[in-house]
Amino acid sequence: MLGVGTSLSTRRTAGGIKPPTHKEHSLRSRIMPMPIPPQLKIPVGATKSGTITLCIAAGDHVHKYQKLAQLQMSAQGRSCIPVHAPTSGIVSAIEEAYVADHSQQKQVCIVLTTDGLDTSLPLEPAVDYRQLASEELVTAIRRAGIVGMGGAGFPAADKIDSAAHQAVDLLIINAAECEPYISADEALIRERAEGVVTGAAILQRASSARRCVIAIESSKPDAIQALEQAIEAQTNIAENCELILVASKYPAGSEKQLIQSVAGIEIPSGQLPARHGVLVHNAGTSYAAFQAVAQGKPCISRITTLSGQALKTPKNFEALIGCSVEFLFDICGIDKSLRAKTVLGGSLMGLQLPSDNAAVSKTTNCLIAAGSAELAPPAETQACIRCGFCADACPVRLLPQQLLAFSKTENNSQLLEHGLMDCIECGACDYVCPSHIPLVSIYQDSKAAIEAGRTNHERSEAWQQRFQYHQYRIKKEKDQAPTRTKAAPANKPAAESGESGESVSSNGDGQEFFSKEKASREIAAAVARVKARRAESKSVASEQDKPK
Amino acid sequence: MLPLNTFWLVQLSLSGALILATSLLLLKIYKYLCYQLTAQKSLVTQINRVLPQTQCGQCGHPGCLPYARAISEGEASNRCPPGGHETILELAELLNDPVLNLDPSHGQFKEFSVAVIREDECIGCTKCIQACPVDAILGGPKLMHTVIEAECTGCDLCVEPCPVDCIDMLKHYEDAPGHPAVIFSKNHDMQGARP
Repeated sequence: MLGVGTSLSTRRTAGGIKPPTHKEHSLRSRIMPMPIPPQLKIPVGATKSGTITLCIAAGDHVHKYQKLAQLQMSAQGRSCIPVHAPTSGIVSAIEEAYVADHSQQKQVCIVLTTDGLDTSLPLEPAVDYRQLASEELVTAIRRAGIVGMGGAGFPAADKIDSAAHQAVDLLIINAAECEPYISADEALIRERAEGVVTGAAILQRASSARRCVIAIESSKPDAIQALEQAIEAQTNIAENCELILVASKYPAGSEKQLIQSVAGIEIPSGQLPARHGVLVHNAGTSYAAFQAVAQGKPCISRITTLSGQALKTPKNFEALIGCSVEFLFDICGIDKSLRAKTVLGGSLMGLQLPSDNAAVSKTTNCLIAAGSAELAPPAETQACIRCGFCADACPVRLLPQQLLAFSKTENNSQLLEHGLMDCIECGACDYVCPSHIPLVSIYQDSKAAIEAGRTNHERSEAWQQRFQYHQYRIKKEKDQAPTRTKAAPANKPAAESGESGESVSSNGDGQEFFSKEKASREIAAAVARVKARRAESKSVASEQDKPK
Repeated sequence: MLPLNTFWLVQLSLSGALILATSLLLLKIYKYLCYQLTAQKSLVTQINRVLPQTQCGQCGHPGCLPYARAISEGEASNRCPPGGHETILELAELLNDPVLNLDPSHGQFKEFSVAVIREDECIGCTKCIQACPVDAILGGPKLMHTVIEAECTGCDLCVEPCPVDCIDMLKHYEDAPGHPAVIFSKNHDMQGARP
């Protein structure tokens, strides 16, 4: 098994496409360390997604590796993501800003004005991970603030935790990275395969998985060789770590497709892989786990691919979390006149960034400064000719033609029956469509409509319940009414004497917040104001009155 | 002896058969009635599920469930302005009726909006609290009232009774202060890009 790559057989799945990879441009040079930018905007998280606890205040001086804040996710009690300082400097502000990730919202960012000294806190002494229990490893991973580096950004420690409870059998390290332009994981494996392999062993120990598989596309010979050497060099790992090649096509690296090709299991719709004994982690996450446990380093940087025709020297950077996209493009020699748009992610699933001031987050895997010729908007849409290319390309084996027809007629029940919710929005159908139909965006709209219908239904059910309770309350009050009228005269004098105290609450200066006279004055004024307004509106346009 | 015995036997068997037949018939009738009742009930539930549950009373019934009951008994299904054309379509499909236009005598379709009280103008009369069908307004006598936005059905019923006209119907979210703006537009052009 550990010979040269030829002895490994390649696994395949249904569907998929083979677009030009465009990875060679950014892989020409080694991973570059980054100069320290004058300012960093370190994203902590959106205020909606949880409770943010700050450990510093504006004006504080912080050292490299110092913990700045943490995000406590509201949904799960245990999960929290700490954020650390990537370099030393002074915290100048805490503000909401754009972040280059898929969340599509502003996030709270800590603005760090760097001092260029890069003074660091002493790191925790490196320990041998083999001496640690799985709980200790999970704690170390959680404390380092590691999230899924592939793009989802789910806290890695939580994923391991949930897997450990469900007796996971197989850990897959996803190094497939099938989308065009993105080469961050490939570059990482080429140069730091030992770290990735050790990280895989750490994740395996933390999740108590019996087997560990590193899955990589067969079209990356350098990375495969580096991985083989790394596995062979570490004899203790070689026993239960295996290298599996997957067919080089898009989207081989999508989680469910990867599980299907590696383990032969098809994860049912709406279920998590952990339920079926499989855990998938990205190669970048694996390397971050290695840094966290074996070197004691928190997650302060990530490998980010910078590519596109507008850049003179596309390459992979070890980007500090929080540096701006503009800064990275500048050191790659961007020609702004050539750039048509900035894209986050690969060419097939990427999002267009409206602003270059966005900060790099822990999930920013690729940034493309696209020239006007590449990633051009598609040609004019034409009618579906029922060629069936899309059904062949679909990795989930859906029927895109049928879905398109049902989307057009807004037939939501049929859409659900035909598995629209299982669509992974990979864009393979779009890519092969000879009529240039923007299928994925149509599906996204349909999904949003179905989701809106669902929330509408939930909302109206809540209203119904409240209305029923309201009716029940009115009825109960009516039933109790006779006893109340009898009791009222007895209570009234007491109540009036209470009110005749006039001032319900007053502060120390004797100034009244609320008194009967003041209130009646205000009410009289309000009523007079309304009368005037009504008279005015009546004179202006009497036909605009509401129908009664 | 024998003929008498036979006579009794015949009597017994005949009456037995009669009793059996009657009980079977009764059972059938009971089952049929039960079925009719549940069918009627489930039709009302189905119609009620389609109605928007704003409880606005614009259809002339005190709430959505009474209107659903009325529809199941043959009332026109185009009297729900908040549901708009979609509700009419769904009801027509459910009841196998022709699709009608919204009955204008019951009001016009409006975008979903929530009631918001201009709090400095509120005089605390509690009239809107009594009008609210879902108890979504909070406040005490002579004290400022406010609408629980998440619970408001947008039924408009609180607007009319307000003596100082301090209730506005505003579009959900868009007008609510502090709503985080969407910063990344999903790039539809990208999906079909051919490198």
